[in-house]
Amino acid sequence: MANTILVVAEQHEGKLNRVSFETVKAAQDISAAKGWPVHAAVAGGGIEQVAGEIAAMDVERLHAIDSPALAAYTPDGFAFALNRFIADTSPQLVLMPHTYQVRDFAPKLATALGRPLISDCIGFKTEGDRLLFTRSMFQGKFAADVSFACGAPWFATFQNGAFRGDQARRAASPRAVELFSIDLPESVIRNRPEAPFKEARQAVDLTQADVIVAVGRGIKEQKNIDLARDLAAALGGEIAASRPICDSGWLPMDRQIGSSGQTVAPKLYFALGISGAIQHVVGMKGSRTVIAINKDSEAPIFEVADLAVVGNLFDIVPPLIEEIKKARA
Amino acid sequence: MKILVCMKQVPQKDAPLKLNENGSWIREDVSYEVNEPDAYALEEALRQKEKHGGEVVAITAGPARASQVLREALAKGADRAIHLEDPAFVTLDALNTARAVAAAVKGESFDLVFTGLQSDDYGFAQTGVILAELLGWPHATIIMHIEKNDAGIRVKRELEAGFFQFVQMPLPAVLTIQSGINKLRYATLIGIKQAKNKPLRKVTMAEVQAALGPNLQVLEKLYIPQKTKKTEKLEGPASEVAKKIVEKLRNQARVL
Ligand SMILES: Cc1cc2nc3c(=O)[nH]c(=O)nc-3n(C[C@H](O)[C@H](O)[C@H](O)COP(=O)(O)OP(=O)(O)OC[C@H]3O[C@@H](n4cnc5c(N)ncnc54)[C@H](O)[C@@H]3O)c2cc1C
Repeated sequence: MANTILVVAEQHEGKLNRVSFETVKAAQDISAAKGWPVHAAVAGGGIEQVAGEIAAMDVERLHAIDSPALAAYTPDGFAFALNRFIADTSPQLVLMPHTYQVRDFAPKLATALGRPLISDCIGFKTEGDRLLFTRSMFQGKFAADVSFACGAPWFATFQNGAFRGDQARRAASPRAVELFSIDLPESVIRNRPEAPFKEARQAVDLTQADVIVAVGRGIKEQKNIDLARDLAAALGGEIAASRPICDSGWLPMDRQIGSSGQTVAPKLYFALGISGAIQHVVGMKGSRTVIAINKDSEAPIFEVADLAVVGNLFDIVPPLIEEIKKARA
Repeated sequence: MKILVCMKQVPQKDAPLKLNENGSWIREDVSYEVNEPDAYALEEALRQKEKHGGEVVAITAGPARASQVLREALAKGADRAIHLEDPAFVTLDALNTARAVAAAVKGESFDLVFTGLQSDDYGFAQTGVILAELLGWPHATIIMHIEKNDAGIRVKRELEAGFFQFVQMPLPAVLTIQSGINKLRYATLIGIKQAKNKPLRKVTMAEVQAALGPNLQVLEKLYIPQKTKKTEKLEGPASEVAKKIVEKLRNQARVL
């Protein structure tokens, strides 16, 4: 059988996770380089509608792996179902988005098949016949090219934002959805998940702020947060933070920006002593102007900054506040 | 409850990292610390033990320097430690690391295994989940709360976009712990003193070799990522830098 690329799309309660389109785009690009056709599958219970959304994409075949036992996500259920599906369809390469859900079941699935998973990739390369996956390492400070040293199926996940989902090629006419029903014995599923919920409503809505001054671990001590507060006040903005600052209780959780915090797009995002880990960046990369102060000239935050201020924030921020006050006077 | 905590030593957050000569890894002459979520995993294990009794065992795989994270764990209250000691452990992929850990604790009967949710160096985010599969145990990832009950444990998983979810699961189980699940303690002087008399078992590569295979994912080359964006860089005396930032605030950000 010819090599195929399988995209495992993600849905939650019958809604497609848009990041799946990024994975489709990655698959289409690899397909262009290798000539392998792209198939897609989505797993869940009663997911015809979701499958329909993927059907709009240019994929050769589209499968709905459907079972009532998959209606609520569990790692046991999803790993079992995909294992069966992969045994049945023998793809060469299985691609998934590096979401919380995929992180939860994909290593289990790959291990059950005796295969590795190259996780959190940011791109791919071909070298002659070889296919290499690029992943970020050391919190984005380095990248690595990684290859598979085994036969199919190969598993890889892509980092949020690594490919442009809006550039995924659409199909001229929607694909038919092929149903893959699966007999999933109840005893397979050991975890009993409850319904997802949101913590009590957040007191501050940072999405409405025009100016955000965000502090990271570079602020060193809780008492230094006042310096950032003063800068925020001078700019008439809100204060926010990276996760470790909230984990330490220096600022309340509802001021956290990132994948597990708020997603913001202010006119100005001022990052003080934030390294720019991907989980932070996904929460602020839509900001119109980003200014970052960091003492490390290689800090990944500078990749998304419009102005990269290399230096010690404790030297720069006090005179900056004075200059802003002068400019405002 | 008998809890195994998997901990890793990684370069310190602020350490300036450099590539080694052949681009296979970083230069080792940097300062190291415990991987942050692993510190939270240890803290959670200690808290569970304080509530329900039992034993906390810390395990690490790494060169001699990595014993520092075990000494810290013992000083904070872990009962004993296991060191898979060999520089070659640094080069193992997640599957082989999990196999090595499973082999090192064979014959023990833990109720829970904790790992951090991912490491700052490789960032696989896989070792805990793979370990669960190898042991044949259920798992849950990115955990922010754990309560023991008659049927096993009820854990709170962090999901994306501010959502959470409770999951009831039987024991034994593997959990990957998220930073911020609790507040970390410091080691006390007494703790540091007592740690010296606690058991620290060393396991050599040879002892677990039979459980390992070749890495099926091969790190070919490590390098500094290409910058995709030409960012304007600003350096110099603070007062001048401050003036230039204000220009930017006025002319580009238009917030002044
Ligand atoms: C599943 C998951 C979810 C996550 N969710 C989030 C999230 O929602 N939000 C989030 O922020 N993180 C999140 N994280 C954590 C994330 O991976 C990083 O660990 C975190 O963002 C790092 O925070 P930081 O930049 O403040 O700290 P560090 O990475 O420690 O960076 C501190 C920076 O300060 C600089 N610095 C130090 N001193 C000075 C000085 N005097 N002057 C100037 N610069 C200085 C340093 O050079 C360094 O770049 C998540 C992680 C995981 C695994």
